[in-house]
Amino acid sequence: MTKSELIDKISQFQDQLPPKDVELAVKMILEEMTQALVNNQRIEIRGFGSFCLHYRNPRVGRNPKTGETVELPGKYVPYFKPGKELRERVNAGIGK
Amino acid sequence: MSALTKADIAEMLYEELGLNKRESKEIVECFFEEIRLSLAENEQVKISGFGNFDLRDKSVRPGRNPKTGEDIPIEARRVVTFKPGQKLKVRVENYAGSE
Repeated sequence: MTKSELIDKISQFQDQLPPKDVELAVKMILEEMTQALVNNQRIEIRGFGSFCLHYRNPRVGRNPKTGETVELPGKYVPYFKPGKELRERVNAGIGK
Repeated sequence: MSALTKADIAEMLYEELGLNKRESKEIVECFFEEIRLSLAENEQVKISGFGNFDLRDKSVRPGRNPKTGEDIPIEARRVVTFKPGQKLKVRVENYAGSE
């Protein structure tokens, strides 16, 4: 499922709202979530999961083309931990 | 700083998009529920600019009860992984705020 398919599905349940408004709402939800992570604010969605940042230590890497070593600074990466309901629903499909 | 929740997101839609409170709440519920439905049907979810929710089937592996030391196999299971998109990664990697 892609972002535009997700917008279509939500629109089917919100038939009193123009699809353009649903599209805007979805974009705003994603921007709000991104902005939270940019500020290192955790996101907690009950039954879905939580997002937070994890720190990666600086390391010495290598340019695969030239073989030259490069110092890579420490950085933050987004991390998602699925919630209980999501884990259970996804796992229930395994035998099917 | 407390965590961002569904209620906060719905409040933002109400204030900034002019939807009523019920519509705002429903859209937020529906947003996460549709992602869950897709994943429960073993279909990956790709949100461009944000990231992909992928599915991985894990096979059985030997496990152990850490309390009793008893060997218990860990059953085969399907798990969700999140792979952040390039845009999201670039935006968060330089976070330099004080911890």
